[in-house]
Amino acid sequence: MSGIESTFFDIGTMDAISRQDTFVHRLDPRIKVLTALVFIVCVVSFGKHDISALLPFLVYPLFLVVVGDVPLAYLLRKVMLAAPFAILIGIFNPLLDREVLLYVGPLGISGGWISFFSILLRFMMTVGVALILVATTGYHAVCMALEKMGVPQVFVVQLLFLHRYLFVLVDEASRMVRARSLRSFQGKGLSMRVFGSMAGHLLLRTMDRAQRIHQAMLCRGFDGNLRPFHPLKVRAWEVLFLLGWSAFFLLMRFYNVPRFLGTLMQGFIS
Amino acid sequence: MHMADALISPAVGGTMWAATAGLIGYSSRKVKEDMDERRIPLMGVLGAFIFAAQMINFTIPGTGSSGHLGGGIILAILLGPSAAFLTLASVLTVQALFFADGGLLALGCNIFNLGFFPCFVAYPLVFKPIVRDRVNQRRIVIGAVLSSVLGLQLGALGVVFETFFSRISDLPLGTFLLLMQPIHLAIGIVEGLVTAAVVVFVWKARPEIVEMTLAPKPAGPPAFRKVLAGLLIAAVVTGGFISWFASTHPDGLEWSLSRSTGKEGIEPPKKGIHGWLAELQQKTAFLPDYAFKGSKKEKASGEAWPAADPGTSVSGLLGGTLTLIALFGIGLLLKRRKKQHVRH
Repeated sequence: MSGIESTFFDIGTMDAISRQDTFVHRLDPRIKVLTALVFIVCVVSFGKHDISALLPFLVYPLFLVVVGDVPLAYLLRKVMLAAPFAILIGIFNPLLDREVLLYVGPLGISGGWISFFSILLRFMMTVGVALILVATTGYHAVCMALEKMGVPQVFVVQLLFLHRYLFVLVDEASRMVRARSLRSFQGKGLSMRVFGSMAGHLLLRTMDRAQRIHQAMLCRGFDGNLRPFHPLKVRAWEVLFLLGWSAFFLLMRFYNVPRFLGTLMQGFIS
Repeated sequence: MHMADALISPAVGGTMWAATAGLIGYSSRKVKEDMDERRIPLMGVLGAFIFAAQMINFTIPGTGSSGHLGGGIILAILLGPSAAFLTLASVLTVQALFFADGGLLALGCNIFNLGFFPCFVAYPLVFKPIVRDRVNQRRIVIGAVLSSVLGLQLGALGVVFETFFSRISDLPLGTFLLLMQPIHLAIGIVEGLVTAAVVVFVWKARPEIVEMTLAPKPAGPPAFRKVLAGLLIAAVVTGGFISWFASTHPDGLEWSLSRSTGKEGIEPPKKGIHGWLAELQQKTAFLPDYAFKGSKKEKASGEAWPAADPGTSVSGLLGGTLTLIALFGIGLLLKRRKKQHVRH
């Protein structure tokens, strides 16, 4: 229980990190969203046995983390929290694919293990970049970027509302849970019937709240349109940021630079 | 159950994104057209409710484990399919951005699996016909359980097929299905009962909320929605199958060439523009050719799998290590430069 509560507090931490003022934070949100998408598509398009070719892609998250001042330990913890599904599905690969693909001295490593590590690496990179995007841009700015990029306004308004009322309702739910557990003995679990009435009550309060919110919004002249406080503007060098990184990703996608380096080194050694 | 970026190929992710983007567009138009604007804050707050309700855990009878409310069907009951779909999509987006559930590319898959099936298939085709406009407790319970089960089964099926067609995981289709479907049958029944408990409670306290969306609307062609759903399913299935065959079989031309000449295609000139283009094409293939299991076995019985060429392995390892060292260096450099920047 406390676990879930703390992950919700985490939303607040992410928002706090996103309010910093660094080079990365100052970039136009659209640029960051697009660069992240190019990055993810490139990473995901590799063959399932590629590991070394994926490594150069770590430069981009590294760059964002260092320049954007994102706490690395915090980020890694969040990535690890989400890992179970990828591990659960990926762990079957070593069992199913036992073809030895790589020899490290006398030790043979099967294709299954290689593809498993490839899955883990992809997982860390794609999820990491998504988290960094929010941590360096802020949820609100990501939503505005989506709106500018053609996502229907109804959906963007929905995304913004959801974020805004998340905290309120999570507080309310945790108060209810705490109140109930204080009045129940020996830590007895919550039966489904009690759950129904608790969640139902929460739902009724939620709907009443929605009505009050709507009236308040109407009083302040809401007409369904978003009017951003700071209009977004892309500067020329920001386009360069996008193009430069995209070019780097494509280069690394089509040419296995680590392998090339390795061959070069081998030439030196022998 | 969330799909992860690490398990899908760009072809599958892109297809599912296209389908999901279409659905979001359609739902947004629909919400704008025929909903009173009172529902806009309601959607936002209900999305937050789905999050909050997940904090209330209940014990599943007979087992020691606990479960929580999933949300697709309950949103559909309270809001109607289109608005429920948008709300669920926004919940999943927040989960992808803040909790790293899934990922940005897999978000299309996740919205489709967890949003489309309950809102546009299970709710209109199961819950609505069962409950109709004669609401009572029994109908709500039966409708909620059946529609939750159907929605989750289809969603799990979606996860299985998306993973399978992406070819990153080695799990065979049959095993994966046996793994996923029974678990989700159990989850579906529990989720249905919980949904029913909440809906019955709300219906007893404030019947107008539940009856509002169930009341038959005079306008609006429901047939169109079904046609659209059918088309989308067809598009996804065909897209999936095509990408599957594309990744396992040589394309028609190559195949006929190898039949007629006994070689894998005619040797193209290695140098010049032709060779360069061929190389580029090979490198841009989004669905790399993975070997058949069968042919792999045959070769393995003769000698070691040819890809295990010690030379390339070593260069890969060496290069990988070098890259990591370089990365570390870049990180340090950036950090140093930044510190100086701050000091000045």
